Amino acid sequence: MIAGRIDMTNAKANAVDDSTERPIRVAARDVSVHYGAKQALFDVSIDIPDRAVTAFIGPSGCGKSTFLRCINRMNDTIEGAKVTGRIELDGEDIYDANLDVVELRARIGMVFQKPNPFPKSIYENIAYGPRIHGLFRSKAELDEIVISSLRKAGLFEEVKDRLHEAGTGLSGGQQQRLCIARAIAVSPEVILMDEPCSALDPIATAVIEELIDELRENYTIVIVTHSMQQAARVSQKTAFFHLGNLIEEGPTEQIFTNPVNKQTQDYIMGRIG
Amino acid sequence: MTDTSLTGTAPRSETSTTGKVRASLGRRHRNEAIFRGLGLLAVLAALGFVAILFSTIISKGLPAFQQAKVNLEVYFDPDIIDVGPPPEPSAAQSPADYRAAELAWQRQLALLNWNSIVETAVREAAPEGFEIDTRQALSIVETSERHTLRERFVRAPGLLGQRVRLDLLASANVDNWLKGTIDRSLADSRQQLSAPARELADYFYANGIINMEFAWSIFTNVDSRAAPAAAGLAGAFMGSVYMMLIVIALAVPIGVASAIYLEEFAPKSRLTDLIEVNINNLAAVPSIVFGLLGAAVFINYFRLPLSAPIVGGLVLTLMTLPTIIIATRGALQGVPSSLRQAALGMGASRTQMVFHHVLPVTLPSILTATIIGVAQALGETAPLLLIGMNAFVAQIPSSPMDQATALPVQIFLWQGNENRNFFEARTSAAIMVLLGLMIVLNAIAVFLRSRLERRA
Repeated sequence: MIAGRIDMTNAKANAVDDSTERPIRVAARDVSVHYGAKQALFDVSIDIPDRAVTAFIGPSGCGKSTFLRCINRMNDTIEGAKVTGRIELDGEDIYDANLDVVELRARIGMVFQKPNPFPKSIYENIAYGPRIHGLFRSKAELDEIVISSLRKAGLFEEVKDRLHEAGTGLSGGQQQRLCIARAIAVSPEVILMDEPCSALDPIATAVIEELIDELRENYTIVIVTHSMQQAARVSQKTAFFHLGNLIEEGPTEQIFTNPVNKQTQDYIMGRIG
Repeated sequence: MTDTSLTGTAPRSETSTTGKVRASLGRRHRNEAIFRGLGLLAVLAALGFVAILFSTIISKGLPAFQQAKVNLEVYFDPDIIDVGPPPEPSAAQSPADYRAAELAWQRQLALLNWNSIVETAVREAAPEGFEIDTRQALSIVETSERHTLRERFVRAPGLLGQRVRLDLLASANVDNWLKGTIDRSLADSRQQLSAPARELADYFYANGIINMEFAWSIFTNVDSRAAPAAAGLAGAFMGSVYMMLIVIALAVPIGVASAIYLEEFAPKSRLTDLIEVNINNLAAVPSIVFGLLGAAVFINYFRLPLSAPIVGGLVLTLMTLPTIIIATRGALQGVPSSLRQAALGMGASRTQMVFHHVLPVTLPSILTATIIGVAQALGETAPLLLIGMNAFVAQIPSSPMDQATALPVQIFLWQGNENRNFFEARTSAAIMVLLGLMIVLNAIAVFLRSRLERRA
C-alpha cells in the first residue's frame, strides 16, 4: 500500500512515467477485438505494471472484460472472436504461433465474475492446476501447495476441517476465495479478475479486497470492476474504458482526483454508465 | 400512511385496480380449475390404460408359468432298447474310431421306438382295463419327451432294465384341457384331445399323477413347434443378450465420442450443420428402414450370416446411435459455460476440460439416455424381421455369429402360432420376461445414476 502511494505521488499526468518506477509485466499495443462483424475493442494500448493492482473501469459493454480476456487468450474460446494487435508478457508475444496457450494460462491465472469452483472437493479444486501442469513430485508436496494456496487466499482457517467436502457447498465469498486459491496454486505471474465481487455481499467483498491488497506483494493483478469505489480502494493504476476505447489511464489517485479527459470526469462523477 | 395527503388518493386508485382484478379473478380461477381437471383426467386415463395393459398381460401370462407334468414310472425295457452296451474306449482304438463307434451307437438308439416306452408308462399308470389306443395314450405326454428319455439313457446307459419315476412334460393339449383354456363343452370333433385321452388326463390330475409345476422349461428350453409345451425362451433370450452387448459395445462409445467431437471440438461450419440435421432426421427414420439397410449392407455386401445376433446388433446399433448422440449433445450443451471457463482458465487443454470436468458432470444424463436407447433397441422387432431373425431356431446360440432370434421376435412368432389357446399364455409370459428385463435395465440405470450423482 505504501509503495503504491509513493508511486502515485511520483506519477505524472501520463502512465508511462509510472512504468519507469516498476517493470512492465504486460504490454498491449493497438489491440482490437471483433466478435464476428462487430468490433468490440478499438486499438487499446496499455502497460500493466509488475506487482501492482491495475483496475479497468467503465460502463457496461465498454470492452473492459473483453480486453481482460485478451490477456490470457480466453477470447480464443469464443466462436467468431478475432484479436488483432500485440500483447506481450515479459516481452514475449502471447499471440505468437509458437506459444502454447496452455502454458500462457498457467502463467496468467483468472478469477471470474461468478464464483465457479469445480464440482469437486475443496482439496481437488486447488490440486487440479498443479496436477495438470505436473507441479509436484509427491503427495506431501501437493498437500503443501494446497494448504499454502488456501492460506494465501485467507481461506485455510475456515475450511481446514472439511478439505474433502464439496467446494460448491461453501458460501459465495468463500467460493470466490477458493477460486483465487485455485488460481494461486499454479504460481501464476499475473492474476486477472473479472468483476470478482459482483456476485458477493459487502462483507465478502471487503474480505476479497483485503486479499487482493495482500496478493499485490507477489502477483501482478488486473481487476475489472463496475465499482469505482472498489477501483479506488484496491488499485494503483486505473484505466477507463468507454464504448470499446481506452479513454484514459494513469495512477489511480490521479484518475479519481484529477482526470484529464472529460468523459472520464463524467463517469467518475456518475454522469455516464 | 401517516401522510394525510396520500390517504385521499391512494384508496381511489386502489379500488379501481382491485375491482378489475376481482372481476378477472373468477375467470382465472375457473381456467385454472379446468386445466387442473384436464391434467388430472389425462393422468388417470394414462394410468387406467397402463393398468389394463398390465392386468391383461399378467392375468394371461401367469398361467403359462405353471405347467402340467406327468409323473410316470418309466421302464427302460431291454426288449425295446436292444442295442448292446455303449462302446468303451480301448487302447487299440484311435480316438476318432471311438468317437465314430459312439456316434453309431447313438444313431442306433435314435432309431428305437421310444414312443412305446412312453406308451407303456402311460398305460401302467392308467386304471386297470382302461381302453385307450396308442395314439391317444401318447397324446398325454409331450412329443419331445421321447428325446428327453433317449438323452437320459445316453448319459446313463446303466438305466437299462430299470424302472425310474420321472416327471415328463404333459402335452400342450392336456395342459389346455386341465387349465380350462379350451371349452370343455365343445363337441368331440372340435376337441384337440380324444375322449379317452381327456378322461385319462382328468383321472391323472385327480390322482396326483399330473401336477401343475413351475415351468422352468420356459427359461431353459429353446423354441419348439412340434412340442409346444417344451417351447421356451432360452434361445431368444440369449439372442437378445448378444445383441444388447453388441449395441452397448458399439453404440455407446461411438455415440458418446461423436457427440463429444461434434459438440466440443468440431468447428461450426456448414458441414457440421448438415451432419447435425442428418443425425436429428435419422432419429426419426422408421426402424424397418434400418432393417433394410442391414440386409443390404451387412448381409449382402459384408456377407455376414443371416439371422445372426451380430447383424441384429449392428442394425440396432445404427438405430440407437442418433438417440445416444442427440441425448449426449443435449447433456453437453447443458453444462454451464462457467465450468468450461474455470477449466480453461486454469490452463487445462480442451481435451482435459472435456474429460476432467464436462464429462463427469454429464455422465448421469448420458447414462440414462444410453440405457433408454438400449432398452428401445432391445424391444425392437421390425428391423430384425428383415435380416432373418424371425427364423425358427431350435438351439441356444453359442456365439453372436450363430443363428438366433430375439425376445420381441419370439413374442411375434408365438403370437402367430396356430396353437392359439396354448400360445396365448406363452406370448404373455414372454412379454412379462421382456418387461422384466427392461425393468432390470432401468433399475440399473436408476442405481448408477443415483450413485454417480452422489459422487459428483
